[in-house]
Amino acid sequence: MPYTITEKILLHHTDKKSIAPGEFIYAKIDLALGNDITAPIAIRQFESMGAKKVFDRKRIVLVPDHFTPGKDRKSADQAKILQRFAKKHRIENYFELGRMGVEHALLPEQGLVGPGDLIIGADSHTCTYGALGAFSTGVGSTDLTAGFVTGRVWLKVPETMKFVYYGKLRPWVSGKDLILHTIGDIGVDGALYKAMEFTGEVIQRLPMDDRFAMCNMAIEGGGKSGIISPDEVTIRYRESLLRRSRSANARKILKLKSDRDARYCEVREYNVGKIMPQVSSPHLPSNSRPVTRFRDIKIDQAVIGSCTNGRMTDLRIAAKVLKRKRVNSNVRLIIIPTTQKIYLEAVKEGLVDIFLNAGALFSTPTCGPCLGGHMGILAKGERAIATTNRNFRGRMGHPDSEVYLSNPAVTAASAIKGRIAHPDEVI
Amino acid sequence: MRFKGKVWRFGDDVNTDEIIPARFLNTQDEQELGAHCMEDIDGEFSKKVSKGDIIVAGKNFGCGSSREHAQIAIKGSGISCVIAESFARIFYRNSINVGLPILEVKDVSKIKEGTYLEIDLDKGSVLNLSENEAYRSQPLSKFIQEIIASGGLLKWIRKRGKDAK
Repeated sequence: MPYTITEKILLHHTDKKSIAPGEFIYAKIDLALGNDITAPIAIRQFESMGAKKVFDRKRIVLVPDHFTPGKDRKSADQAKILQRFAKKHRIENYFELGRMGVEHALLPEQGLVGPGDLIIGADSHTCTYGALGAFSTGVGSTDLTAGFVTGRVWLKVPETMKFVYYGKLRPWVSGKDLILHTIGDIGVDGALYKAMEFTGEVIQRLPMDDRFAMCNMAIEGGGKSGIISPDEVTIRYRESLLRRSRSANARKILKLKSDRDARYCEVREYNVGKIMPQVSSPHLPSNSRPVTRFRDIKIDQAVIGSCTNGRMTDLRIAAKVLKRKRVNSNVRLIIIPTTQKIYLEAVKEGLVDIFLNAGALFSTPTCGPCLGGHMGILAKGERAIATTNRNFRGRMGHPDSEVYLSNPAVTAASAIKGRIAHPDEVI
Repeated sequence: MRFKGKVWRFGDDVNTDEIIPARFLNTQDEQELGAHCMEDIDGEFSKKVSKGDIIVAGKNFGCGSSREHAQIAIKGSGISCVIAESFARIFYRNSINVGLPILEVKDVSKIKEGTYLEIDLDKGSVLNLSENEAYRSQPLSKFIQEIIASGGLLKWIRKRGKDAK
């Protein structure tokens, strides 16, 4: 029977002989992830159900990244729960501050996720790892508890929507713009319960960091997962990692793709030559339109970071825009590298010099302002442009504040102009 | 299980930041989270709700983050059941897993705020007592019914044994 890549991975993680969309499976997981918001509930449940041992101490990852460095006493207590649990159960992949990162940037960088894996994470943006050709999906704390105990997760096999991107990318258009445009097309529940498979010549040429940004936001289209078939770009990325994981060999990786006659519930095609850098206006990610439509929107804050766009490629683009420029006197520009490794690379490459000379602030890795946690909360009536993933009401602070979403070049250009701007306006 | 309660009406795409804003995610306490449920949409919500009341919303209820604090907050506010035209998938599975009753009703446009509903969860039927109308909910799959009947995912696991496949 012909299968999509998603169906192949799911089938491989069951004892079944065949699989079909709509079917419920109780699948084996390769990795279970929790953070300082979601894991405390899971750990408390694990202990109160009298569980003694985790299913595999090497396949659990705990990352204190949301409200860290401890934003207040209660948050510090929550991070402590992770630390204690990690020690008690000798969890190998617990990442303390100074060695950590925003989870969805950190796990790929650490080689913990790879093609063909089945990963659950108690964080909605767990779908990010689909960029490496994994089936990866966000779940809740109770699923995480169950995963800790059994090493399994119940799943409904999703139908797959195929997205085909062809043509030539315009200047300053990135993976972020493709996904914002796509969500604008299908709506915030356009891929509800479905797997989103991103394909086409444009995707094949897309760097890894852009692929992460695209799969990261599958959830913003309602998707269960986002996925890109592994290719030469994936293999090169995996080979560049410091620590290599249990990855299969290149030939096996390249075979992991949808069958030619696999069944899709829907196919959508985009000529990317028609796509401008996108901005999503409040209060839904699906409100995406070309940046040029927003030129009179003044901003108080600009944020470059998050599990969507805080990687090296993103920082390099931001630095290109900000080089020898000044952040507008009415704007706070907050730049947050997503991992310690990226932080160090940004220092070595001289990017941090550019940012600080421009009048930006450069922070330690944290989810921080993206979810209105800390490190850049908006006051009443304030407006921000951000490379993050959600612009829901009150997402970054006061319920009467606003968030516009964009790629790093647009956010950097806007910080210089003091209003939403196309990068060509400053370069 | 049967519930009777007053309706609190919400629109489409109610997200988890609205159900419980991230600034309250430094606690897991049901009372505390319940007191802030829906706060940024309606600052008085938790004060107005009586135990057993019902949330009725449009499509894609619970979109956004995976926080189970959303279910804890809804329960903590006294809400007995959520009816929506559709649910975001993580919210949907979390509700099943923790035993927050939810029902998908295809068209909720006739259910107004303040009306009283009687819900029979086993039959999936919703009776609008104020309008004297009945609605049917989308039937739940057998697999999901099994989890609900066990009293949630963790009890389902305990029943099957942790090594079950």
